[in-house]
Amino acid sequence: MEVETKQLRRCDLVIARGRIDSSTVKTLKDAFASIKDAGRYKIVFNMNGVTYISSAGLGELIDTQNTCKHLFRGELVLAEVPQRIKEALDLAGLTALFKIFDTETEAVGNF
Amino acid sequence: MTTERQLTVSAQVKNLAKIAEFIGKAATQAGLDDKATYDIQMATDEACTNIIEHAYGGEGKGSIQLTCHVQEEGLQVVILDQGSISFDPTQVPPLDVRAPLSERQRRGMGLFFIHNLVDTVEFKLNTPQGNQLILFKRKA
Repeated sequence: MEVETKQLRRCDLVIARGRIDSSTVKTLKDAFASIKDAGRYKIVFNMNGVTYISSAGLGELIDTQNTCKHLFRGELVLAEVPQRIKEALDLAGLTALFKIFDTETEAVGNF
Repeated sequence: MTTERQLTVSAQVKNLAKIAEFIGKAATQAGLDDKATYDIQMATDEACTNIIEHAYGGEGKGSIQLTCHVQEEGLQVVILDQGSISFDPTQVPPLDVRAPLSERQRRGMGLFFIHNLVDTVEFKLNTPQGNQLILFKRKA
């Protein structure tokens, strides 16, 4: 699994490709942590290239959202979520916790 | 008539992708569509992760044997391990899918997906052969 991060003018962009399971989730966790540790809490997570995300990965999204939304300093939004993953998010009631955008451009424009 | 495929791997998270690939091939053989395949792959992945983390208490402490039975109605996956189950999975509090963000629990999410992504789930724990988890996913 590969993760790329870019700092944009109004937010940070995280792009992941591949499987997010318990063997790879640390890479995602570290990417989010590096942004939060720098005091930035407005994050777009582009999931277009994600082929699978387990509950471990979903847990990282929840934890990151909790941190970002604390004290209203920002939020984590999702972009280009593959259909199967959106169904899993929906099943677990997680689509209510994240803004989800069809395109990265719209997600970045949210901030 | 059923056909059977079997895979045995060391109980390590690095093998989760291999397990997913194995399940995917069996699902194709069983005639499951994309969504059903994703569902049984996810349920199996969550189950195997739980085995590694909870039944074995960590990486590389045993093996996981997966047997896929391609049946007329769908795919049965039997997952066998020799770990110690010190809790009753039927007693894990159910995930509250309507909980607000601040109250969201991570614990139990794996079990939630296992129960909600496949058609039948059966646990046979602490048998002489080990712990068995039997999943069945019906064709659409």
